[in-house]
Amino acid sequence: MKKAFPILGVLTAILLIWALYQALVGAPTEQTMGNVQRIFYYHVPSALVGFMLFFVNFGASVLYLIKRNPVADIVALVAAEVGVVFLTVNLVTGPIWARPVWGIWWTWDMRLTSTLVLWLIYVSYLFLRRFSSSGETPALAAALAVLGALCVPFVYFSIWFFRTQHPQPVMGGGGSIDPRMLHVLLLNWLAFSFFAFLVCWSRYRLETLQRAVDQAHALESLLDPSGSVR
Amino acid sequence: MSAPPTGITRTTLLKDLRLEWRSKDAVNSMLFFSLLVVVVFSFSFDPSAEESRQIAGGLIWVAFLFAAVVALNQTWAREIRNQVLDAYRVSPAPANSLFLAKTLGNFIFVSVLEALMTPLFIAFYRLRTLGPAWQLLLAALLGTWALVVNGTFFAAMSLRTRSREIMLPLLLFPISIPAVLAMVQSTTAILNGESARFWIVLLATYDVVFTTVCLLLFETVLNAE
Repeated sequence: MKKAFPILGVLTAILLIWALYQALVGAPTEQTMGNVQRIFYYHVPSALVGFMLFFVNFGASVLYLIKRNPVADIVALVAAEVGVVFLTVNLVTGPIWARPVWGIWWTWDMRLTSTLVLWLIYVSYLFLRRFSSSGETPALAAALAVLGALCVPFVYFSIWFFRTQHPQPVMGGGGSIDPRMLHVLLLNWLAFSFFAFLVCWSRYRLETLQRAVDQAHALESLLDPSGSVR
Repeated sequence: MSAPPTGITRTTLLKDLRLEWRSKDAVNSMLFFSLLVVVVFSFSFDPSAEESRQIAGGLIWVAFLFAAVVALNQTWAREIRNQVLDAYRVSPAPANSLFLAKTLGNFIFVSVLEALMTPLFIAFYRLRTLGPAWQLLLAALLGTWALVVNGTFFAAMSLRTRSREIMLPLLLFPISIPAVLAMVQSTTAILNGESARFWIVLLATYDVVFTTVCLLLFETVLNAE
């Protein structure tokens, strides 16, 4: 397992560089929007990866509530943290694109608003994990994650009632896209997924180590007969 | 022999109501808080009757939302003193009876607040509804329940955190966004004589789903010491 990590790292780096080259040079320039459209190759994959990770967080949280498995808890934590980072990338790149193309930074459109609300829910999840003084933080966090995930369809339906301005989804939305563009998009999605997996993995190892250290400290202070306060 | 679950709910609810009747802590602080919000907003906007109809839905629910947090934060504080909550956890009484009692109690407190504040709102903002008023009542009942059921749940959750009074709004507001949006939009629609059907159905569904899940998960939260 330990050997696989650097190999995966190198592979991810190569993929990311290749995807960047394809996004900046390889993909054809969009006719009306010009080069600003290339941000799309970062904007869309980061959202897809973020949603994927929130889905993982939901699954791991449900698993934790049923089985009380500590590995599921660490997976949920890691997925939420990395997911928030990727969604932040998505929320930042969106306005950069929207300003020259729509003429505005932000609009209360369906997809923008639901992504923002999703981001808020998972930030509050991270707050709970940070501020919890309970020994059962994982259970509380898992309960919040389940409620947060249930909130998503409500957010979507409530905002669906407003007029939507966002471009239709590229995949399955019936929109037409140049096959070369789609190819670059999928390549970037793959590279971002690898990158997210790599970050999650190292964060997972860090968290496991941190918990082992905490446990060792707790054990040591129990065994220490002098009762000295550290 | 343990008491039946409904008996526990009733006893806890009556105890909370009696305590509140004697101290009037929650209702008084909520009332004063929402009064401040109403006065400050009324000063800063001074709207005409037509503008009022457009903004009142948002103002009224924001005022109630912030005021409700004041009461929700006090829900469990009483039970922490003298380790009442720990005694409850040790007893064979079902956790959900306690949760229902607390939720019903908060529902009554917030409803009282709304009943007292609404006339003031109507006077300050010169409101006259163009739609049927009974629909406003329906939206208010469903919206209050949505706030209170999640609020009671997250208040119990934030008991287990440092700086718990700050934690409650941080947890409650993001999850409540769809409910708050539905309350505001339905109120605005009814005030302007438009159909609020979609929003009321959305609120009712939200209530059913979140009440069920809160009941399923409350025992986990109660026992997370």
